[in-house]
This record gives sequence, structure tokens and C-alpha cells, in this order.
Amino acid sequence: MVAGIVPVQQPNSGAPAGGSAPSPSPSSAAGWSAPSPRLRVLRRSEVAAGTACALILVVAIALAAGAAGAVAAAGGACVLVAGVLADVVAGRRVRVWGYAERDEDLLVRRGVMFRRTSVIPYGRMQYVEVTAGPFERAFGLATVQMHTAAAASDARIPGLPAVEAARLRDQLTSLGESHAMGL
Amino acid sequence: MSGGGPRPALPADAKADAAAAAGLRGEWQRLHPLSPLVRTGRGLIAIVFVLLIPGAGSRNGGGLVHLAIIVVVLAVGVIAWLVTRWRVEGGVLRVDSGLIRRTSERFPLSQIQAVDTVRPGLARMFGLAELRIRVAGGGAKAGRLAYLSRAEAEALRARLLALSRGEAADAPATAEERTLVSVAPRRLLASIALSGAGVTLELVLAALVVLAILAPGVAAAALSGSAASLVALVLVPFRRFNGEYRLTVAEADDGLHVRGGLIETSVETIPRGRIQALRMLEPLLWRPWGWCRLEIDVAMQKSKGRQDRNQAKSVRALLPVGGREQAQLLLHAVFPGLPEERLVPPARARWKSPLRFRYLSWAGNERYAVTTSGRVRRVTDFVPLEKLQSVRLTEGPMQRRLRLASVHLDTAGRRAHAVLRDRDAADARRLLEELPARCRRARRLEGAALADRSRAPSR
Repeated sequence: MVAGIVPVQQPNSGAPAGGSAPSPSPSSAAGWSAPSPRLRVLRRSEVAAGTACALILVVAIALAAGAAGAVAAAGGACVLVAGVLADVVAGRRVRVWGYAERDEDLLVRRGVMFRRTSVIPYGRMQYVEVTAGPFERAFGLATVQMHTAAAASDARIPGLPAVEAARLRDQLTSLGESHAMGL
Repeated sequence: MSGGGPRPALPADAKADAAAAAGLRGEWQRLHPLSPLVRTGRGLIAIVFVLLIPGAGSRNGGGLVHLAIIVVVLAVGVIAWLVTRWRVEGGVLRVDSGLIRRTSERFPLSQIQAVDTVRPGLARMFGLAELRIRVAGGGAKAGRLAYLSRAEAEALRARLLALSRGEAADAPATAEERTLVSVAPRRLLASIALSGAGVTLELVLAALVVLAILAPGVAAAALSGSAASLVALVLVPFRRFNGEYRLTVAEADDGLHVRGGLIETSVETIPRGRIQALRMLEPLLWRPWGWCRLEIDVAMQKSKGRQDRNQAKSVRALLPVGGREQAQLLLHAVFPGLPEERLVPPARARWKSPLRFRYLSWAGNERYAVTTSGRVRRVTDFVPLEKLQSVRLTEGPMQRRLRLASVHLDTAGRRAHAVLRDRDAADARRLLEELPARCRRARRLEGAALADRSRAPSR
């Protein structure tokens, strides 16, 4: 009756230790698709813009408060380092993000520190949302988000090329219809 | 009091029965003439209150304004009553209301899932009851007939249910039900006194008493200063007592019948398929008595705009407080065939969740998943797999170091959130792969069972 569930007391020694390899691949058959490489550029420019604003602000405040030039420069350097770090983190997050369309469900994985892999059965999808902010639009990108009746299930794929986003939306909608199930 | 005990086939008085029958024959029926008074009741009481307090000292003009307000409020209520009519035509219950913005709601009788009666305190004083008609698939949308006389409501309820089952309207109400549990008021009171809100209230009251003995002046100041928050503090335990007083759960063909209430009484039918998840709570202070509390999550689709206060509430107690056997009885009635064997996480999970560790476990079979967790109180979540919306695997930095992962089972419910916390990472991956497949199988089974059930009564 209870198929395949074995009590687990021993740590499975063969298990892949969660190292740096970003492959929480629950399905070997599924081919992971990734957001567009332009998302990396978008995130980098976002970080750069934020860093530039912070840099100007810090230096201006330091100078306005009458601090020495060296102090202002040190503050600016700190902001720059933070910016570079943020860029590295953003880059890793973009790299890890992925999705896979399987026969019955959609897989979405994300997160560097806190890794998440979501499985959303097509039949549970209530609606699909495609959004594109002004910056995303400038890069020709869009975000696809699936909604189920559960508030907790989050499946968001940012930075898809607009064409791919539209295709995914149509694909998911038709799959959702054919698999549809009530509550 | 229609409170406890199995409901006998009601000896409805002839007039009420005739009115219900006329409505069913397709003649327009009005609601009870007292309904405007009851519907605007609370507001009216508040206005009268305002009128009375300064009324003693105020001049005549103020009184007239107040009187005018009362008249206007009542007039609006009476007009609303005048334009609200209902009837059954061609197997559809039709409720027309509104003077300027006419609304006409139609509820196909064949799709009626449940007919509930709700009786707020004021309505009970006048012997009235509200009927709530819930239609399948409609989610939060429900038809309200507020208010009917009690006998009429009962007669109409029985007839509507009979019609929805495809029987003749005057077929005897075959509401055969089996009482599962009923909660004694004394035990409910004790359990609330030992609950979080109750203990807070008791501590505050004790502090006030001590203060009153030591320094009466300070106590009076504190009392008058914090009167509002004190009222709020009393309100939470009282609401619970009011809502769960003499709560009785009975099992019938169409689902579970839950009835109870102190001031506002209600009779409610919860169709089995609507329960998204069930949660069992075992607070620390209840443990000496072995008590627990069962809450169920009922699906309510998010509807735009206004929503009834009572309908919005999707979490309700099935067992406000009860012993192990009572909980087992209910669990068995709601989710038959729960898995028994509990699987505990690997010992290294102790480093990640030192407080939770002793409670962590999960069990699963082809139809259900059961998870336990909790730091101080034990929380057990029961999720039928066919209700699962999505499955998620999460790994935090600490978990990765320990080769652990958590699997979240998301349901449409608001409260219950089952998490297989801190499982072995490889194990969790395997479950992430396997659970969706099991859900599909469970849904297919459920779908087949539903088709069987819907075919049966039409014959």
C-alpha cells in the first residue's frame, strides 16, 4: 500500500552534499530553461544605478557635513565595494533561476542562500500573469507568474524574452485548461 | 434552543409550512416583517443609546434630529424588506432585492450544496432565522434569506434540501445523522481559561487585583486608562466561548453538520470534499488533560469586493477541545484511512531545530500526508493529497550544511500549512518527485469517486 516510503534513520551517505553545484534537479529528464542572458545585464545595470545614486548621496552628505576629502573617498569606496558584492550576488541569483516544463507540472527553482524548488501541477494553475516593468520592457523582457489557489505557492520566472514569455503563458494556459481540476 | 441532539422531523406549524410551500410553487414570498428591525438592529441600538444618554440634558432639537435618523434608518430597512422577494421557479431559487440597484440572484436547486441556518442573538429574540444557501462551485457566493420565521426557515430548509436531492418537495426530511462529538460547556470554559488569550486575561486581571489591594488609586487610574484594551482582551476569549458553546458535530450523508453557539446559534453543513486541510493543536497547558483542538480549513475562493463577515471566515473549529478518542473519532470521519507510521527526521536535524526536533515527523500514504511540528505546542497538519496546490522544496544555508531540506505542501487553506521539516536532502528530493505523482493519482481516485456519487442521487 504505502509505496516506496522507507523510514529514514540513516543519513544517506551517497546523497550529494549541498555544495556549490546549483543542481537541485528533481528530474533528470527535465531540461532546465533559464531566463534570458539579458536579465544579467538588466540586474547589473540596476545595481550600477543604485550604486551610483548611493555613491553620489554618500559623497554629497560627507562633503556637506564638512568631512575631509579622505573620509568622503573612504565612504565612496565602501559603497563601491558593496555595489560589486551586490552585483556578484545578483549574478548568482540570475544563474540559479530556472524552470522546466514537464508533462504534468512546471518546475521552478530559485535562490542562492535559501534554495527553493517549486512543483506546480498544471491542473492547479488558476491564472498566469505576465508583467513587464519599464526597465524590463526596455530590455525586451517580461516576468511570468503562475497563481494557484494557495497563497504560499510562488512560481515566478523573471527576465524571459517577451516572445518566450508569451509562448509560456499560452502554453501554461492551455495546459491548465486541459488538466483543470476544481478546488 | 435548537442546540444539541439529533434534529427530529420538525413539526413545523401549518402557516409557515404553507408559506414555504407557496414559495416553492412559484409564488413570490416576502421575508418576515420583523427582518428590517433585526437587520438594522445593532445600528438602531447604538443610535438609541446615543439618543438616550445626552437626551436627558439636551434640548428638543437634538432629540428631533435623532428621531429623524431612526425613522430614516427604519424606513430604509422597510423599503429593503418591501422590495426583497423570493420564489422557486423551474428548479431555480430566485431572490430579488434592491430598490434602485435591482439584483436578482438565482440558485439552481440541483447545485445546492448546503443550506445553513444562522440565528444571531437579536433574531433569536424575535424567533427568526437566516437561511444561507451555498451552491457548488460558487465558492464564497451564497444566497441569504434574512430573515424568516424559525418554523418557516426549517420547513424551507428541509424542502430545499429535498429538492436538491431530486426528491419531491414534501418528501420527509431524511436527515439521518449520527452525533460524533459534543463539547460540554464546562470543559470549553476550562480550555479557554488555559488557552493563550485566556491566560493573558487572567494574568492581567490578577495584576489588577493585586494592584487594587496594594494601591487602590493607581489601580483605578490603570483601569480607566486601559479600559478599551481590557475590553479587547475580554472579547477574544468571549468570542470563542460564544461561537463554540455546545458545539456539536454530527455525520450525515451530505457531510458534517456543525451546530452550536451561545448568543448566535448556527447550523452548518460542511461537505466532505470542501475540507482542504485539518490541523490539530495541542497546547502545552492542555497536556495534563490530554486535550487537543481540531481546526479545519474550508476552501473559500477569494471574491472581489464585499464579503460577508461570517462567510469570510474559512477556518473553523471542528472540536474546540476534546480528548484523544474524540479527536480520533472526528479524524476518522473526516479523513478515513490516515497513515499510521510516523517517520522522524535524521538525528542531525537537532542542530537545525533544537526546540522543534522532538515533535518533527511526517507520515504519508496514497491519499494523505500528515506532518507534525511546533516548538512549545504540538501542531499536526493533515492534508489530503488531492487538495494539494503545489509542492516546494526549500533549503537554507544551515540545512545545506547538514544535508537537510524541507518540503512544503501548499493547500488553498489559509491556516494549515504542512511542512515536512528538516528531512534528509536526498529523501526530500525523492519526495518532491514522488508527491506530485501521488497527488495526481489521488485526484484521479477522488474524481472517479465524485462522478460515482453525483451519478447516484440522480437515479
